[in-house]
Amino acid sequence: MKRDLPTIVAVLLIVWVGATLLPSGGSGGFDLPAVGSIPVLADGRLKPLDTIARTSLLMVQGRQRVEALGSPQPVAWLLDVVYRPALADTYPIFRIDHPDVLSIFGLGSGDGTTAVRFTFVQLQPKLAELDKQADLAAAVDASVRTPFQRAVTELREHVAYYVRLKYSAESPLSEDFASEIADPKKIAADQTEIEAMRDFSLLRVIPPARAGGRPDEWRNVGQFLLAPAGSPTEQALSLARVRFFAQLGGAWRAQDPQAFNGLVTGYREDLATHFDRECRRSALEAYFNKVDPFNTSMALYVLAFLLAATSWLKWPEKLGRAALYAMDIGFVLATAGILFRMWLEDRPPVTNLYSSALFIGWGSVGLCLILERMNRNAVASAAGGMIGFSTLIIAHHLSLSGDTMEMMRAVLDSNFWLSTHVVTVTTGYAATFLAGFLAIIYVLRGVLTRSLDARTAESLARMVYGIVCFATFFSFIGTVLGGIWADQSWGRFWGWDPKENGALIIVLWNAVILHCRWAGLIRQRGLMAMAVFGNVVTSWSWFGTNMLGIGLHSYGFTNAAFYGLITFVLSQLLLVGLVLLPRQKWRSPLPGIS
Amino acid sequence: MKDLGKHLLGFFNSLRLTVVLLILSILLIFAATLDQVHLGIWGVQEKYFRSFLIYAPFRGTGLSIPIFPGGYLLAVLLLPNLVVAHFLRFRWSIKKSGIWLTHLGLILLLVGQGLSGMLQKDNQVRIDVGSSRRYSESFRETELAVIDVSNPDYDDVVAIPVALLQGKGQIQHPKLPFSIRPVAYYPNAQMRARSQMPSPLPSLATAGVGPEVAVEPAPVTYKTDEANFPAAYVELVAPEASLGTYLVSTMMVEPQAITYQGKTWHIVLRAERDYFPFSLTLKKFTHDIYPGTDIPKDFASTIQLKSDDGRDDREVRIFMNNPLRYGGRAFYQAGYSNNDRTSVLQVVSNPSWLVPYISCALIALGLAIEFGVHLIGFFRRRSPKPSKIPNP
Repeated sequence: MKRDLPTIVAVLLIVWVGATLLPSGGSGGFDLPAVGSIPVLADGRLKPLDTIARTSLLMVQGRQRVEALGSPQPVAWLLDVVYRPALADTYPIFRIDHPDVLSIFGLGSGDGTTAVRFTFVQLQPKLAELDKQADLAAAVDASVRTPFQRAVTELREHVAYYVRLKYSAESPLSEDFASEIADPKKIAADQTEIEAMRDFSLLRVIPPARAGGRPDEWRNVGQFLLAPAGSPTEQALSLARVRFFAQLGGAWRAQDPQAFNGLVTGYREDLATHFDRECRRSALEAYFNKVDPFNTSMALYVLAFLLAATSWLKWPEKLGRAALYAMDIGFVLATAGILFRMWLEDRPPVTNLYSSALFIGWGSVGLCLILERMNRNAVASAAGGMIGFSTLIIAHHLSLSGDTMEMMRAVLDSNFWLSTHVVTVTTGYAATFLAGFLAIIYVLRGVLTRSLDARTAESLARMVYGIVCFATFFSFIGTVLGGIWADQSWGRFWGWDPKENGALIIVLWNAVILHCRWAGLIRQRGLMAMAVFGNVVTSWSWFGTNMLGIGLHSYGFTNAAFYGLITFVLSQLLLVGLVLLPRQKWRSPLPGIS
Repeated sequence: MKDLGKHLLGFFNSLRLTVVLLILSILLIFAATLDQVHLGIWGVQEKYFRSFLIYAPFRGTGLSIPIFPGGYLLAVLLLPNLVVAHFLRFRWSIKKSGIWLTHLGLILLLVGQGLSGMLQKDNQVRIDVGSSRRYSESFRETELAVIDVSNPDYDDVVAIPVALLQGKGQIQHPKLPFSIRPVAYYPNAQMRARSQMPSPLPSLATAGVGPEVAVEPAPVTYKTDEANFPAAYVELVAPEASLGTYLVSTMMVEPQAITYQGKTWHIVLRAERDYFPFSLTLKKFTHDIYPGTDIPKDFASTIQLKSDDGRDDREVRIFMNNPLRYGGRAFYQAGYSNNDRTSVLQVVSNPSWLVPYISCALIALGLAIEFGVHLIGFFRRRSPKPSKIPNP
C-alpha cells in the first residue's frame, strides 16, 4: 500500500481531472451550454455569451456564482438581465467595499447579502448622487484619486455596464418585443427606445447577413432596425435573427424549456451554415470556461506543495514522488490552458498582465520539474507548488477587471515582438522568482526545522546560483529586445519608461548577486538573502511600475493589488531578516557553512 | 605620480566598486521611476540621469545640497571600472571568453548611450492630408526666426536659438541690418488680451501686437500631455534708432512684419526646425479601431517621398512598428490629430543608433557562453544519487 502511494495519488488525480473535463448539462431542462456558446461581438472580438456572462459577473461582483439564481451557470443570469430585467435587478451582484460609498446609498454592510453585495433595486434611488460623486472624481487625475474616488468611479462603471447589458437583445421597456419588430409602425412609434438600443448596447448580436463577413459588420439590434442594410434577402435573414433573440426572450420569460431549446438549436444551425469556424471556436471557448483548467491546476499545485513539504518530515521518497506527479498533472493542464488561449487569440502566450501571471507560473513550474528530476529532494517541487499557486491566484484577481483576452493596442500589435521580447523578459521574471522561492525554502527549513542538512543546503545553493545565472541571461536579453522593439517603433532604444526601468533593475540586481558572489562578499546565507530580496525587486517591476499609472506600459492598474504588493514586500523583508539571524539561532545550525 | 596612478588603477580594478556602483544605480533608477509621477519623463531624465549630482533643498535655508550621484557620475565611474577590469583582470582564454565578450559589450553599450544622449535629435512632423512638409519641428526647443520675405521666390531665414534670448548680449547676424536686444524671456507664459483685464501692468512692448497683449508667466510643465509656451520681448535696434520692442510667443502663430530699408522681415518664435533635403507629401492617413471599442488597431500614413536631387520619388507607408529610415533620419508613426486629417510623425536622427544592437549582440553571446559553461559544470557536479533526507 505504502509502496504504491505515488501511483495511487496519480491515478486519483487523473480521475478527478478527467471529471472536470466532462461537459456540463442543462439546468431545469434548458440547454444552457448551447445558448452559452452562441457567438456575439463585444470588445472587438467574437466571443460566446458564456464568456460575456462570466466576465461581467467577475467584474461587478468578483465571482461567477450568483446565489439568488437557481442555476449554477452564469449565462442564466445574463438571460435574466436581458429578458427579465426586473427580476435581475433583485440579484445582489454589485460588490461595494468602501463604507463611504455605501453611505451614499444609505446602506450599511448589514443590508447586503453576504455583507458586500447589493442589488440594483437597492442602488437605484441614489444613482443620481453616485453620478454626481463620480463626476467629481472624474475631474481628478486618475493616478492621484483617493480610494473613495476610485470606488465611486468603479461603481458607476459597473452600474453603467449592467444597465447597458439590458439593451443587448430587446428593449427593456417593451412588453412583447417579438410582435413589436414584426410591425414597422410599432418600430417607428418606439423610435427612442430603439435608438437607445443602438447607442447603449454593448453586444453586437446580429451577424453579417453574408457568410465570411468581417467582424466590424456585426451589428447590434438597434443598428439593424434603424438602418437595415443589404439586399432584401439579406435584410430578411438579419430580421429573422433579430426575431430569434426576441422569441428566445418570450420562451425564457414563459420558462418553456421545449420552445427555448428548439429556438436555440435552430439558430445555431443557421449560424453554423454561415459561420462554421466562428461557431466552433465559440463553443470551444465556452467549454474552456467551464473546464477552467487553471483553477484545477491551482489546486494541484497546492497539493504538490503540501506533499513535498510533508516529505521532508516523513516518507521522503514516496511523498516526494507523489508531489512531483501532482505537479506534473497541474503543469500539463496549465500548458493546455495556455496553448488553448494562444490558439483562440492567435497570439504568443503573453499579451497582458493576466497572461504574464499565467506564464510566469508556467515557466517557474517548468523549471522546477527539471530541477526536481535532477535533485530528488522535493525542494523544487515545493517551490514550484508555491509559485504555481501564487501566480494563479494573482491571475484570478487580475481577471476581475474584465475579459482576459482583450484586443492589443496598435503599438503592441506585433506578434514578433510579443513572442520574443515579452516571452523572454517574462521568463526572466519567472526565474528570478524561482531563485527567491528556493531561497525561502532554505530559510524556512533552516530556521524553523532541523531538516536542512549540509547536503540539501549545498544542493539548494547550487540551484539558486544556477537559476540566478539563468535569470540574468533571460532578463537581460528580454530587456534588450524591449529596447530594440522601442527603437523600431519609437526611435529610441531606451526611454526610462517605468516598466523598462523595472526590467533593468532586475538585471542589475541579478548582476549584483553574481558579482558579490564572485568577489567573495557573500557565501551561502548572503546568496539566499539576496535571492529573497530578488522577489521584492521582481514584484515591484511586475506590478509596482504599473501602479504608478504613468508611462507606456501602464495597463492593468488595480487598487487591491497595491495592498497585496505591500504585504508581499513586507513578508519578503521579514524573510531576509530571518536569513540574517546568526546560525546559532537556526534549528538547523549547519556547522562549517557560512 | 606613479603611486597615484597605481592607486587609481587599484581603485578601479575592484569588484567591490562594481557592486557599490550597481547598487547605487539601482537606487537611482528606482527613485527616478517613482519621481516620474511628479516630474514627468523629461524632468526625470534631466534631474537624475543627465546629471553628475542630484541636489535637494536643504531645509530652512535656500540652499540645495548634493545628496546622491547622478547618472553621468555613475557612468563615468562605471566605465573605467569596466575598462580596467576588462584589460587588467580578465586574461583572454576560451573559458573566459564569455565574461570577456559580456564586458566588452557593456563598455560599448555605455559609450553608445552616451553618444546617443549627445547626438540624438527628436523632432516631429505634422502633415495634413494632401499637403507637403520639408522640415521637422523640435518637441521642446524653440527658436526666434527672422525671415526676409522680400524676395517672392524664397524666404531667407535667420534662426536664433532661444538660449541667446535668455542672455543679455545683443545679437548680431551678417544677414540682418539690425541687431536684436533681448529684453525679457519666459520659458512658459500665457497670453491674454489687455483690454479684458481690469488693471493690466504696462507692457514692455512698443510695436507689433505686443502692446495689446498681457503676458502671464506660468511654471514650466514636464507633463507629457501639456506643452510649454515660451515668450520673449525683443528690441530690434538699427544703427540709427530703435525699431521698437516686440512681443513674440509660440502661442502667436502669425508672424509680425517689420519694414526697414525698403525690405520686409517677419519675426516669429517657433519650434526649432530641421530642414530636409527632401519633401514628404501625405497622400492618405488611416486610423482603424477594433469594432465596438475605441482601442486603436492601426495607424498608417501613405507618403510620397521626393528628394531634391531627383533620385527618389516614391510612395512609402509608415505605420506602427514600421518606420521609414531615410536621409539619416527615422520617421515613426506617432499619432494623429484634427479628426484623422493630420498625421503626426516622430523624426529621430541618431548616427549611433546601431551601437546598442552591436553591443547587445556581444553581451547576449557572452552571457550564453558564460552560463553555458556553468550549466555544463552544474550537470557534471550534481550528485548521481538522490540525497537522503534524515528524519528529524
